Amino acid sequence: MNVSVIVFPGANCDRDAAYVTRDLLGQPTQMIWHEDRDLKNADLVIVPGGFSYGDYLRCGAIARFSPALQATVEHAQRGGLVIGICNGFQILTEAGLLPGALMRNRDLHFICDRVPLRVERTDLVWTQHYPDQAVITVPIAHGEGCYYADADTLQAIEDHGQVVFRYCDATGAPTPESNPNGSLNNIAGICNRQGNVLGMMPHPERVSDPLLGGTDGLALFQSVMSKQLQTI
Amino acid sequence: MVAPFSPDEIASEGIKPDEYEEIVRRLGRHPNRAELGMFGVMWSEHCCYKNSRPLLKQFPTEGDRILVGPGENAGVIDAGDGLRVAFKIESHNHPSAVEPFQGAATGVGGILRDIFTMGARPIAVLNALRFGTLDNPRTRQIVSGVVSGIAHYGNCFGVPTVGGEVTFDQAYAGNPLVNAMAIGLMETPEIVKSGASGIGNPVLYVGSTTGRDGMGGASFASAELTDASQDDRPAVQVGDPFLEKSLVEACLEAFKTGAVVAAQDMGAAGITCSTSEMAANGGVGVDVDLDQVPNRETGMVPYEYLLSESQERMLFVAHKGREAELIEIFERWGLHAVVVGEVIEEPMVRIRFQGEIAAEIPANALANDTPLYHRELMTDLPDYVKTARQWSEAALPLCDRAGLHLQAGSQTWTDVLKTLLDSPTIASKQWIYRQYDHQVQNNTVLLPGGADAAVIRLRPQTGDQAAAFVNTRKGLAATVDCNGRHVYLDPYEGAKGAIAEAARNLSCVGATPVAVTDNLNFGSPEKPIGYWQLAEATRGLADGCRDFGTPVTGGNVSLYNETLDSEGKPTPIYPTPVVGMVGLLDDVTQATGQGWRQAGDQIYLLGVKLAAIADAPDHVTLGGSEYLAVVHDTVAGRPPKVDVTLEQSVQAACRHGILQGWVQSAHDAAEGGLAVALAESCISGQLGARIQLPEIAAAARWDRLLFGEGGARIIVSVAPTAIAAWEAYLQAHLDGNWQKLGTVGQPAEPLQITTADSQAIIDAAIADLAAVWASAIERRLTAS
Repeated sequence: MNVSVIVFPGANCDRDAAYVTRDLLGQPTQMIWHEDRDLKNADLVIVPGGFSYGDYLRCGAIARFSPALQATVEHAQRGGLVIGICNGFQILTEAGLLPGALMRNRDLHFICDRVPLRVERTDLVWTQHYPDQAVITVPIAHGEGCYYADADTLQAIEDHGQVVFRYCDATGAPTPESNPNGSLNNIAGICNRQGNVLGMMPHPERVSDPLLGGTDGLALFQSVMSKQLQTI
Repeated sequence: MVAPFSPDEIASEGIKPDEYEEIVRRLGRHPNRAELGMFGVMWSEHCCYKNSRPLLKQFPTEGDRILVGPGENAGVIDAGDGLRVAFKIESHNHPSAVEPFQGAATGVGGILRDIFTMGARPIAVLNALRFGTLDNPRTRQIVSGVVSGIAHYGNCFGVPTVGGEVTFDQAYAGNPLVNAMAIGLMETPEIVKSGASGIGNPVLYVGSTTGRDGMGGASFASAELTDASQDDRPAVQVGDPFLEKSLVEACLEAFKTGAVVAAQDMGAAGITCSTSEMAANGGVGVDVDLDQVPNRETGMVPYEYLLSESQERMLFVAHKGREAELIEIFERWGLHAVVVGEVIEEPMVRIRFQGEIAAEIPANALANDTPLYHRELMTDLPDYVKTARQWSEAALPLCDRAGLHLQAGSQTWTDVLKTLLDSPTIASKQWIYRQYDHQVQNNTVLLPGGADAAVIRLRPQTGDQAAAFVNTRKGLAATVDCNGRHVYLDPYEGAKGAIAEAARNLSCVGATPVAVTDNLNFGSPEKPIGYWQLAEATRGLADGCRDFGTPVTGGNVSLYNETLDSEGKPTPIYPTPVVGMVGLLDDVTQATGQGWRQAGDQIYLLGVKLAAIADAPDHVTLGGSEYLAVVHDTVAGRPPKVDVTLEQSVQAACRHGILQGWVQSAHDAAEGGLAVALAESCISGQLGARIQLPEIAAAARWDRLLFGEGGARIIVSVAPTAIAAWEAYLQAHLDGNWQKLGTVGQPAEPLQITTADSQAIIDAAIADLAAVWASAIERRLTAS
């Protein structure tokens, strides 16, 4: 699978994502400079975490104007696979590929922690390797990860089963206490209606290497690459 | 000829009358305003170590693994397998006192630049922080500001903040300490040095623009803080981590072209320091035209250009003819890169402005041949030390196995333990490190709070080496340590103890200590007591570094950490020589945390045995302890003496046990002694423990037994299957300085410490201990 990782100035999880797709999973991976429109025949585009352009205006607000992101939007509209992680999720909402917005965390602090997530759907290309209703532990690291959408949009997201990951407690219950940042409906990650675009605040690429003590995120990459991985 | 400056003007640059005379002698004329400013910053303690240099000479600086020692932007060690690690610590104390957020943020920014100026990619940051007590509203404001400043810069830059230490004491109320240590992995074939060379080579200014921010920060950092220091807020710089993230990428790319001859970060004293140090280190001169310097404000005069400490700037010397390819790289990253001058043969720093020479000073006079003060060391102990040493345990209220009998009423030992766990210095620092991204870069092996030292995997992320290190298990451990109260009460033993503790912390995760970077935070060296503390502590550090085989590769000196009260009476901080130490592990999967792992594992104490405590009052003591300070509001006694031989053998045993796979957890007994260490291992592992004390001699007080500090002690847990091999090893190597303490319990079981005749003296549910320990800092910060 051809993987392209967009590199914005200020992105800082671009190499972490490439480490998983290229080094751990052996897929050809290209870094795409933000000023380039050519996604190099990408099957999967990763919009990585970080602070694109410093995020001084509003997270992701500038990144969406970059040529690489414009090309990513077209790729998504053609049905291509796109995942936005952390800042990448913020960028995909700014670009209109995903509904809603990410606001400052409820307690106004940056939060770096490991949190349990419930996998809400396992029929997606992203999650097919997870057991049904799996509870996984994935790192978060963000200051603006509080998911918000107006009531109608939120209802539509739920009605169409677009919530992919929800913050939950160890038993899988999405309780208020297990919600780290105040996200509506404990939303940690959503997809578009077609299911080819995924955005999530938690970092699956940080929990994909067994040497670092966890692999709950690896199944996401294995899911999306399952065909290619079978042929290796 | 009459000096063109009034004594006040000279003093306002931080220059003493004798130093002014010397400047005139060196120049053969009076300096102009810009030159006076340049001397002011370059001859400040911050830049030239005029008080500390003779003392720093004691440090051992050479060793098998040392590739670059003191004098460059950072030290570099050989980590084996072709990997080289750069690391250094630096303070940003005064800026953080005045403007906590930006002060701390730019402290992180500055130390990161020191690392990547060498050609290394920053891979980890640690912090040593000292604050006043949290009942003070200003302190709460400082804590919040400093923590968010560090988070802001490190998180955005994309470097994991993997560890550190934080203590709270009244002594730091007006003058907090913010020391940041950065670690980087070399990405360039050659280590980039700072000495300019090649007459006619172009000098490039790269990075951000120059403005009036941070004017004279180095001089500001070299004076006491007063009420008027708030007026010096312009001396605090403003940081832009996004720009620095672009700068690191552009610099590393530029270095890899081979077109860069030398590089120097513009930190303290900005253009002045970088030009004069590059010239002096290379034995050449530099001719720079300020009109070419990109600026962010109009109407700036040479004095302002030269003293500005605007952030995210560097100075390069390039190979002639290769400027264009460097400029292309920086412009692609949205940064400035401009030829501002050239290397000249004459060893001068020559500054041009609007067609005229604005300053012309021999580079050596600014950067090498700077003033040096040999001060008299007081021959007698300071009075405060004498008084402190008169204290003895006899001054404490009565205690017995039931508890402590204070005037206000009795407390059980369980109560006392909870009081200590509630002390912000001992309590969980989660409120702090949860705001730092500690996992970015995908190499963090042990998370903050879970182990005695940070451990990261050493994996090159870009460049030729990257492919070869996929799935590497090679690791680096790092820690920052210093018990300022111990150093205050006995600078020599306290400083040596900081080295011993750092080495012990590295040993607890299974790493072999390799090298040290030190941050000397002290009061005024111009006062006899201040100089005595500095001299004694540096002697202790030097001896400690020799004892533990960890040379010093560089560091930072921060003097004049004093607050003047409203009557002008100076109050110095505790002398705080923070030790940053790095160590190596061959296999990060062996890295060991501090929490119990498995019910049924056996718990051992390495170091001075409990039964021997009565006979080792110098080594395990309540003198200078957290217990004495928190429970009895007393800072007195003598801190524990370091028993070097015992430390070495205990640390070696701990490392050996970890490498053999016998030891499941390891945690040193530091602040709060044995009882606190046991509680922390319980909390961290979410498992109980049953501890059975041996028969204790009547002479030892219960509180010394439970909360005394020192004794080179480490508490480990060992799987039952490994006990035979482990005990045989201890028998052969620790000369009786170990004992079995008890057994790790189930999750629901308490921490229970019982006497030889089976009476419980501490009995506490782990959830209760954890609740107190986890909430202590946040509860105080949110108190209105």
